[in-house]
Amino acid sequence: MDSTKTVITKETKNKISVDYEGKLSFKERLMKKLSTSNTWITVIINIFRFILMLGVSYVILFPFFSKVAGSFMDKYDVIDATVSLIPKNPTIEQYKYIILDNRYFEAFLNTLFLSIVCALIQTFVACLIGYGLAKFKFKGNKIVMLIVVVTMIIPHSTIDLSMLRHFESFDIGHIMSTGNKGILTTLFGKIELLNTFWPFIILSLGGLAFKNGLYIYMMRQFFKGVPDELEESAYVDGSGTFRTFMQIILPLSVPMMITIFLFAFSWQWTDQFYTGLFFIGNEAPWMMPDIISQIPIHLQTNYAGKRLYENVIQNTAGIMIILPLVIMYLFCQRYLVQGIERSGLVG
Amino acid sequence: MSNKIESIEMNDANTNPVAKFFKSIFKRRASLDARKARSGYFFIAPFLIGILLVYVPILADSIWFSFNHISFNPMNPGVLELEFCGFDHYKAAFDNPSFVTALLAGLQQLVFEVPAIIVFSLFIAVVLNQKMLGRAVFRAIFFVPVIISTGIMESINSEDMMSGNSGEGIDDGSGSGGASEIISALDIQMLFANMKVGGELVSYVVNIVNNVYNIINFSGVQMLIFLAGLQSISPAIYEACRIDGASGWETFWKITFPMISPMILVNAIYTIIDSFTRTTNPAMNFINNYNGPNEEVSIAMAWMYFIIVMVVIAVVAAIASSFVFYQRRD
Repeated sequence: MDSTKTVITKETKNKISVDYEGKLSFKERLMKKLSTSNTWITVIINIFRFILMLGVSYVILFPFFSKVAGSFMDKYDVIDATVSLIPKNPTIEQYKYIILDNRYFEAFLNTLFLSIVCALIQTFVACLIGYGLAKFKFKGNKIVMLIVVVTMIIPHSTIDLSMLRHFESFDIGHIMSTGNKGILTTLFGKIELLNTFWPFIILSLGGLAFKNGLYIYMMRQFFKGVPDELEESAYVDGSGTFRTFMQIILPLSVPMMITIFLFAFSWQWTDQFYTGLFFIGNEAPWMMPDIISQIPIHLQTNYAGKRLYENVIQNTAGIMIILPLVIMYLFCQRYLVQGIERSGLVG
Repeated sequence: MSNKIESIEMNDANTNPVAKFFKSIFKRRASLDARKARSGYFFIAPFLIGILLVYVPILADSIWFSFNHISFNPMNPGVLELEFCGFDHYKAAFDNPSFVTALLAGLQQLVFEVPAIIVFSLFIAVVLNQKMLGRAVFRAIFFVPVIISTGIMESINSEDMMSGNSGEGIDDGSGSGGASEIISALDIQMLFANMKVGGELVSYVVNIVNNVYNIINFSGVQMLIFLAGLQSISPAIYEACRIDGASGWETFWKITFPMISPMILVNAIYTIIDSFTRTTNPAMNFINNYNGPNEEVSIAMAWMYFIIVMVVIAVVAAIASSFVFYQRRD
């Protein structure tokens, strides 16, 4: 080998191509490569894997395809056995009357406002708590983490009546069953928070809203992966813990925060448990789940395929609910995967 | 002079435990660790305040409700009238045979769902972690259900007749829509009957295949967590493995699997929580739709359900954590 002359022709970060005496041409090398069984096994595995992924993707996406296809169907297409996915008489009646009769845009704006506010608060609070749990060794650290998990386990229906009562006349640190009046009630009179966005904001501020335990856990694992030296150098330079958090840690964790924001936003967007609980009566804000609950009055559903057609209308409403989420996801999915990949979550 | 005073105070504080305690809280220049510990409390303050001032009262009232008869006074609608009745509601819940059935059904669903979801999500995460054609697109598609198939969409999907995912068939004479089962139990039974295996296994397999859509839908978060775990395994280990001549199969079981085992524990717990608290769970469904003579019984049921969930999680965590391998990262 010493006698062969090697010339480096091209060098990039990952590959170096070298010319030396007796180097085979590209065609010869290809033939040699193909003659080994290993190459063929790899190729077959790759093809198999690709087809498998394609199949699973189809299973995931098919309900959306069928919903979208159904949403453009005329009401007689729905019961026509010869129509499976492509409608014979395409129509946008369903969309039109859901927008007009079911006040789509009002629901859209209300839900958008609530989701953005909640998601922002939840993301920031999850960051704070996750950082506190990951980087500081104080008494009761593990107990607090346990409580975070327990708040996730408690089923909604366990506390719904109690929660409703507590936000009907809101107070702090007040157990109603004792019969006493709470601090805030004695000071300001009864505070009614039903049919406002306040219950959501209060729960978000405490990191107690829907699935916040998961966000806190994810942030905690993420911050555990951030090297301590980074903060220590900031402390040496005279920065306090909070300033270090705001100026050094937060900018670092933007991809992860986008992931959490995506979760919080879309789960708040499609939430029907809390909106159903806190928004009752005639004064309730008109939210996204409400547009499904009723059939638009201008659509005649009294015919043979009533059940099926109403189902199609519901599906159409469902598509309109998730459409903004899909658009947002298309823009943000890059960050979702990146945030997770770079997070270096550790067990 | 001032130095002297400080040193005297120090002595006092060292002898008197109460003074020592207060000093440890209010000391101006505590050690770095102690100061860091205090700012730790600052960071988790929102959670602590939220728990103590809002959540604990809600829980306490909910527990108290389950031990009382609740009645509404028509003269004073804002106030609930409570009458203590001990464990009556709990007894009533257990005397209700359909509650016990629903609980068992919920547990059964858990047994079949959790392993399926974990195996599936680990498999997909491993595949999505490899370099392959169209990886970015597949990743984007696989995480769609995380974002979209929750809350209201979950209930729409379960009622959806067009794509044939509904539990009941749609034989309402319309003739359109798909069959609700991907494979029929009969086909599988024929296959398994020839293999001489029990009926439970048959129904298990049929269940999994028919719930493929649900399993894929519910394993989004788990996939993300696994993917993150896989990314955190150092490529140097794999390289060393390859040089030593290990096959892909060996590498998976001897490197990937132990390294990912903490994530398996986390995902197992998350999946159990998710499966238990989902509204489509038979037991949850029963509790939510319970409309007996008094609503307190459903609260009592929900609390018992919570205790059962806790027990299941504790058992799973105890069993799984003895298998978990933690890499030293010092």
